[in-house]
Amino acid sequence: MLESYLRSRLKQKDILLMTHLVVGYPSFEASFKIIEAMVNAGVDLMELQVPFSEPIADGPVILRANQKALESGATVQKSLDLAKSVARNFDIPFLIMTYYNILFKYGTDRFVAEMAERNLKGAIIPDLPPEEGADYLQAMEKYGLAPIMIYSPTTPLERMMYLSTFARGFIYCVARKGVTGQDTRFSEELVSYLSNCRKATKLPLAVGFGVKQKEDVDFLKGKADIAVIGTQTIRIVEEQGVEAVGDFIRGLR
Amino acid sequence: MITTRYYGQFGGAYLPEILVATFDQLVTAFEAAKNDPTFWQEYQNVMSTYSCRPTPLTFAENLTRHFGGARIYIKREDLNHTGAHKANNVMGQGLLVKRMGKTRVIAETGAGQHGVATATMAARFGFRCTIYMGEVDVWRQRPNVFWMERLGARVIPVKEGTRILKDAINEAFRDWVSNMDDTHYVLGTACGPHPYPEMVAYLQSIIGKEARAQVLEIEGRLPTRVYACVGGGSNAMGIFSGFFDDPVELVGVEAGGDGLDTGRHASRLASRDGSIGVAQGYKTCFLQNTDGQMRETHSVAAGLDYVGVSPILASMKESGRVRFEAATDKEVLEAAALTIRKEGLIPALESAHAFAQAFKEAPNMSSDDLIIINQSGRGDKDIFTIADAFEDPEWRKFIIKKAEGYRA
Repeated sequence: MLESYLRSRLKQKDILLMTHLVVGYPSFEASFKIIEAMVNAGVDLMELQVPFSEPIADGPVILRANQKALESGATVQKSLDLAKSVARNFDIPFLIMTYYNILFKYGTDRFVAEMAERNLKGAIIPDLPPEEGADYLQAMEKYGLAPIMIYSPTTPLERMMYLSTFARGFIYCVARKGVTGQDTRFSEELVSYLSNCRKATKLPLAVGFGVKQKEDVDFLKGKADIAVIGTQTIRIVEEQGVEAVGDFIRGLR
Repeated sequence: MITTRYYGQFGGAYLPEILVATFDQLVTAFEAAKNDPTFWQEYQNVMSTYSCRPTPLTFAENLTRHFGGARIYIKREDLNHTGAHKANNVMGQGLLVKRMGKTRVIAETGAGQHGVATATMAARFGFRCTIYMGEVDVWRQRPNVFWMERLGARVIPVKEGTRILKDAINEAFRDWVSNMDDTHYVLGTACGPHPYPEMVAYLQSIIGKEARAQVLEIEGRLPTRVYACVGGGSNAMGIFSGFFDDPVELVGVEAGGDGLDTGRHASRLASRDGSIGVAQGYKTCFLQNTDGQMRETHSVAAGLDYVGVSPILASMKESGRVRFEAATDKEVLEAAALTIRKEGLIPALESAHAFAQAFKEAPNMSSDDLIIINQSGRGDKDIFTIADAFEDPEWRKFIIKKAEGYRA
């Protein structure tokens, strides 16, 4: 179970690292190498984003990565194949991150079954609130996968508690308004938001959006359980190449 | 809890968590306005003093004689301020923005009509305004960009994706998730998450209410058929809604582009290429591949060049209440040319799709039949696009000369 894995890791480390990657960007071979470098650098879990043409919650960097991956021939099947290969080769939990249409067109139950078969542990679907996600939640339950729920700074406490009833594994707390890849102010406001999140759920808290350096990760220690690095690793790959990923990750903690 | 609404299997509210509270506020404001009789009064008052409501229902005597079939009427949404039905939606949402106490509006635009309408409303009501427009459309519709900027709006060319309407919608959502506290997103059509399809259809229903009363007053009977072009579907929803409970055939006309069999079109319902999906916050028929990636669309009319369609119309296709057809770019230009020559009316290329389909069918109808075509917008301000479409050689010379003048 994802949650118990996270709990046992948290006994050894004061904060866990989750990284993100757009599958097929800049290529499938590079994706595999990036994942390998991240795992070797001690990442605790990873989200693999299956590219979608309309990634509405993502900022320009991840948006472009989605487009480039699609232009160079990424498909859902190829993405699932890569997920299978990394889940077999590396001993950390992998999650799928994508938009609902990818599951819907594939057949939600069938997609979730394929995730389970490939030994993936859960999914993050940012445009699927539980009110619209009955089929998805049912399938995730059936195959024993964790549907990751999302909290935002605009979510009232009551709704956080409601979302927690559907959540498994951990809660993904969006650090601020806006899309991925913009700067976040690691401030008192964020601290009080995270303490609200704590009140609403017993699950571990992951914090993402704008986490990009060691200071950010340090700030989150004791306030959250998982720091999520998304856009920044794409920037590192673009600017310094795949080889730079390992050192970057090792420098975060 | 998110308030969601479905039309058959279409619609919904597929919201990212960050926007849930904002939609909650919008749904509450819209419900309150709908249940407040003074809201519709205020809306009608604005539309009759600032725009030209009620717009006339014009009998097209020459076209009727030309085709020798049904009696043809034209609902003149082109006579709205800013030249299209878009004004109805925009002014209505502007009143809601005031009620919600917000101070900034954002909008997407394809042809530029909705952008100009939103910028106009923002100027009138004193809101700050940002318009997202695909880079391709900025190029196609420069005159509209010029006016939006004169009206005080910031126009942001969208360079992502296919760089047209759907990409502008994505960018508007990205702005909104950062700025929802003071910003309202004036979505231009009856698409998107609940309450937009219902809200936009509600504000556009003024077209159908008027048209029904007008045709009854002039002819003393209902039309046989009503034609409207369908991009997102707001003008069609507007005029159709006046006749939902009547024995009137409703015909939605989509962009056939180069022809349905070429794949280069924007016909989600009339072609076989559309399939059900979820994007931009709602479930409808999209033009997408088997993986669920949205496809490129094509139309001579930027305002119809969109991958999705109103979930209300998708459900009416399924129930059979609305018949969907497609008109090709070529048919549309011919229909526009004929309407200009015969009636002295200049329909927007979007609206000309409805004319094209009506012209295919009118000759086969009897002189006892009445039809209404919704002229959703006027074409004269799209002179660059229309002149290009007609390949007018003298216009070309004029532009070249003009450009030389600027270069000097």
